[in-house]
Amino acid sequence: MTSPTSPDQPGAALPTPGKRIPPSAFLAKPSRRYRGLWALLGVITFLAVWEAVPRLGLVRPVLLPPPSAIPQAFAAEVRSGAWTDAILQSLGHYLWGLVIGSVGGIAAGVLTGMSRRLEDFTSWVVRLLRPIPGLAWVPFAIIWFGVTPTAAIFIIVLGVFWINYFAALGAVQAVDRDLLELADAFGHRSTPAKLVKIVLPAASGAILAGLRTGLGQAWMSVVAAELFGVPGLGQRMMQASSLLATDIVIVYMATMALFYGLVDMGFVAVRDRMMRWKA
Amino acid sequence: MIEIRDLSLAFPNPASPDGRTVVLRDFNLSVAPGEFIAIVGASGVGKSTLLRVVAGLVPPNSGAVAHARNGVSKGRRPYGLVFQDARLLPWRTVRANVAFGLEGLGLSRAERSRRAEEALALVGLADKAGRWPHQLSGGQRQRVAIARALAVDPDLLMMDEPFGALDAITRQTLQDELLDLWRRTSKTILFVTHDIDEAVYLADRVILLAGSPATVRSEDRIVTVRPRARDDSAARALATRIRDRLSDLMDGGGI
Repeated sequence: MTSPTSPDQPGAALPTPGKRIPPSAFLAKPSRRYRGLWALLGVITFLAVWEAVPRLGLVRPVLLPPPSAIPQAFAAEVRSGAWTDAILQSLGHYLWGLVIGSVGGIAAGVLTGMSRRLEDFTSWVVRLLRPIPGLAWVPFAIIWFGVTPTAAIFIIVLGVFWINYFAALGAVQAVDRDLLELADAFGHRSTPAKLVKIVLPAASGAILAGLRTGLGQAWMSVVAAELFGVPGLGQRMMQASSLLATDIVIVYMATMALFYGLVDMGFVAVRDRMMRWKA
Repeated sequence: MIEIRDLSLAFPNPASPDGRTVVLRDFNLSVAPGEFIAIVGASGVGKSTLLRVVAGLVPPNSGAVAHARNGVSKGRRPYGLVFQDARLLPWRTVRANVAFGLEGLGLSRAERSRRAEEALALVGLADKAGRWPHQLSGGQRQRVAIARALAVDPDLLMMDEPFGALDAITRQTLQDELLDLWRRTSKTILFVTHDIDEAVYLADRVILLAGSPATVRSEDRIVTVRPRARDDSAARALATRIRDRLSDLMDGGGI
């Protein structure tokens, strides 16, 4: 509201002189239904090509099972109870890792963003720890926690923590000083009052964006953390692949995609509800 | 009654020989209840800083603001501030924005809501209480900011170039609305502007602030009966005199 947005935003492609891009390529706005149709067509094409590749003998079906083989494999997994077990185990790791990592990351980021001293105090340590990928902690996770759900959760927490930490830190530091002055002018001078009335709502958009990135990162970490033997989706996929049961591997890949899609959809709905004040 | 005595303010400035820049020196002002005072001066002279010192947002290096409260009553704040930008909180509805200063005063939610709606009615936006700030026009947003300052029922309403960012027509409308509000609420107003015509049209007293550090260079009382005409000849003459003084000061290196 106070800062005018710059028209020349980074990344906006400028047409090169002498080589005009036809405006229709950017401006033509096909109707909603038309766009949905194209999306559906894309899916059908994707499945058709996938089906054709093993069937035409371009790749052996054991290396790439056709999509038509998947429902059967899925039914078998569900009947044996393996699917439900794996899902529940993985969801447990996912949720715990996500909650601990997000809450911890946001809290640490907000606190650091509010205190210059804390930022200085932590800056070098953060710089040291941040580039270490979550998976590099697997050896320690196993030494400390054994091959247990706790180890998997630990790996997921690390991945999610940093994303939320940096999102929250940046968001809090970007809060408009004028709004803090407003709080002073209207009697809200204590740090907790400013935090609740100004800082958190003003930073909420960026914090939620970090949280959403974390939702995806946590899924990736779930699989990675389980690949070393903690029971769940990842472990089940490893078992299946060692038996060359590639159709079962695909069942779990599709399961992950579906669950991630649902979680993300739910999150976006909640976020849009929370951010309905945005223009 | 508000007494501002010997107010001085300096900011640390490593580039200056004595390590600081004096912004304001020996500022004195007594404001009578219900008075409308305008402070004019060139941009950057320290008018806004002065308001912030009076409001207690910036502690002065010396001097004091004495403030005789006419009966301490619940649910009030000594000052209400209006900034140049409306400075509404985009995540709050218009009603919740107006109630912002009422929070922490021990009022019930219902009471805060009622007070906010009263203040909105004063600025003619009772029907916009449930809207989001981004759904309002610039003039409406500034009205909400005025309602927010009035909602805390302040002893002193301070306005920092409140109409400076508005287009000319909206500005005139809001000036007239402010005069009407002032008449109805009999608030004491301290109004900072760089627009001398605006100051002369609105205020009982116009104080010219100039120099570095800023000091009071002139003070004029405007006796024209209200409602005033915008083209009132005495007021126009005064505006011209103040403008001349200001340009003399600038030519003479007084600034």
